[in-house]
Amino acid sequence: MSVQGKGGAIQVTGEVIGQRKAGDYHVLTLTAPGIPELARPGHFVAIAVGGPNSSMLLRRAFSIYSVQSRGVYGGTLEIVFAAHGKGTEWLAKLHRHDQIDIVGPLGRPFALPKEPVSCVLVAGGYGSAPMFSLADALRARGCRVDVVLGASTESKLFGVLDAKRIAASLTLTTDDGSVGEHGRVTDALPAVLARTDADVVYACGPMPMLKAVAEIAAEHGAYSQCAVEEAMACGIGVCMTCVLPVVGDDGVTRMLRSCVDGPVFRGDRVRWDEVGTIPEGTLGAPVSGGH
Amino acid sequence: MTRAVITHGPRRDTAVVVPDIDMTAWLGNLELASPVLTASGCAAAGRELDQFFDITTLGAVVTKSIMLNPRSGRPTPRMAETPSGMLNSIGLQGPGIEAFLDKDLEWLRERGARAIVSIAGGSVDEYTRLASKLRHVSDIAAIEVNISCPNVEDRGQVFACNAAAAAEVITAVRRNTAPGIPVLAKLSPDVTDIVAIARAVVDAGADGLSMINTLLGMVIDTDTMRPALAGVTGGLSGPAIRPVAVRCVYQVHAAMPDVPILGMGGIRTGLDALEFVLAGASAVSVGTVTFHDPSAPVRVARELAIALAERGFESLESAVGYAHRAPDPVPASGGATTEHGETEDADAVVEAGAEG
Repeated sequence: MSVQGKGGAIQVTGEVIGQRKAGDYHVLTLTAPGIPELARPGHFVAIAVGGPNSSMLLRRAFSIYSVQSRGVYGGTLEIVFAAHGKGTEWLAKLHRHDQIDIVGPLGRPFALPKEPVSCVLVAGGYGSAPMFSLADALRARGCRVDVVLGASTESKLFGVLDAKRIAASLTLTTDDGSVGEHGRVTDALPAVLARTDADVVYACGPMPMLKAVAEIAAEHGAYSQCAVEEAMACGIGVCMTCVLPVVGDDGVTRMLRSCVDGPVFRGDRVRWDEVGTIPEGTLGAPVSGGH
Repeated sequence: MTRAVITHGPRRDTAVVVPDIDMTAWLGNLELASPVLTASGCAAAGRELDQFFDITTLGAVVTKSIMLNPRSGRPTPRMAETPSGMLNSIGLQGPGIEAFLDKDLEWLRERGARAIVSIAGGSVDEYTRLASKLRHVSDIAAIEVNISCPNVEDRGQVFACNAAAAAEVITAVRRNTAPGIPVLAKLSPDVTDIVAIARAVVDAGADGLSMINTLLGMVIDTDTMRPALAGVTGGLSGPAIRPVAVRCVYQVHAAMPDVPILGMGGIRTGLDALEFVLAGASAVSVGTVTFHDPSAPVRVARELAIALAERGFESLESAVGYAHRAPDPVPASGGATTEHGETEDADAVVEAGAEG
């Protein structure tokens, strides 16, 4: 039970320690015995919603926002969510001491550079959740960390204070101009990359944002590590619903599972324009005329 | 009456009392140490679930249906949550039989888990070739022939919707499979008379039946006002379909009591599994619920043992088909049966009302 990576997830009963609002989002603090100790930046957890007799069968996946491996309650972790569906509305109503079934840590975490290079972290909305523990890990390696956070409006930005604490520079963007630069993160990104001479870009957010980030990073000669937000049913690699087309080392495109092969992918390997399709030439793709 | 055995839970390290009753399951001549298996397509090839419990304690791992060649499956979105269930449109994504044998089956063998290999094809010839590939592979407990996947381009390819086509596939697989290896036919509930299909595949040489595959369904996204799945239609699974599955098992067992049935469809608890056993299933598969609770298969096995003991059964086998017994039987063992049955029925009515 202590092996990291693909074989390292556990299923535990956790307890709600606290719940707070952060702008339009909710932050839930949970005990999750054994998981905080194993979690690395970019890992996620899959949480059963609706209680023991729930009619909602599918677990909800959340990036781990923060972990504390020691404390009054032992190990705890925090997740961030928007209450925009039946499952997340149920989560938002949880109280202190309520029990919750958690599976994690899941997925492949962010790859960290071996050298103390310059890194830019880009996120949209609460996609920023995994970025702060990542920033801590990068800084511990001597990396420079600059952060770009964006959202449609100010109340949908998450982690501005965390970013101010950690980042060498923080750039904010909002679609409505309520705070920071008027526009999208991808409008602000090229200037940040040029100014910081970034070697690696880390990103988390919706697919169109990740596609644009990957392209901008490539134009600047930087590597990109993109954490996707793809719909999942199980989170553990058995249901095959969360696939997207990714090019392998051998040049062959395969439909890979976001949950176990991701959620972090190299930006230059995902066929962003063709997410939601089976691109021609994908391993096992239907040949024209059908099977 | 029964001796309590203390074992350890699959996780959380809790001691659990499991009654000491004979849980050996027989699918025809195939002996399984536990009556609970995974369901094809809900457990990949066992490796991922082995993180959460010891998969060698399962009766067998029923692997995801494998085809002759690598297959990408359908585009995303591939799933939609539905009340007490889900709709999936995976489209049999898989690595093809060669990679499956080299990696997945090899891993199961090294792990010491029993494997029931599920195969799927687009033609009788493809099934024939798959069976031939498996003929020379040792350590397979059985072959499950998936003739009922709804996620294919052409509904005409769903062999299980046509008795003659279903029989043709089973004949081909049986003929190309080693005599000692049972061949199970996986049936679709989307037929007018499942007994007729069951009879056809048994006459064609099936040693047992897996029932049921998903029901063809559809969800429309009311925001986009288009089908929620890229594949438009998908297979409905989960507790929502359990009554349909129990009905299918009951009808087929009534018609052919000697044909072993691997029962599945929305099993979430030991009592759900018991329903299938009482209806006539010799063993059960836990499928979609594994997405909700990855340790569900071992939990269901434990709960089933307790439920059987509470009702006075001394073995799993003695409960198979028990719901078919003549009316007004002499109470075989204790009055708990009626009491528990009524309690559960009452709950079920309330739940059905609430969901409906």
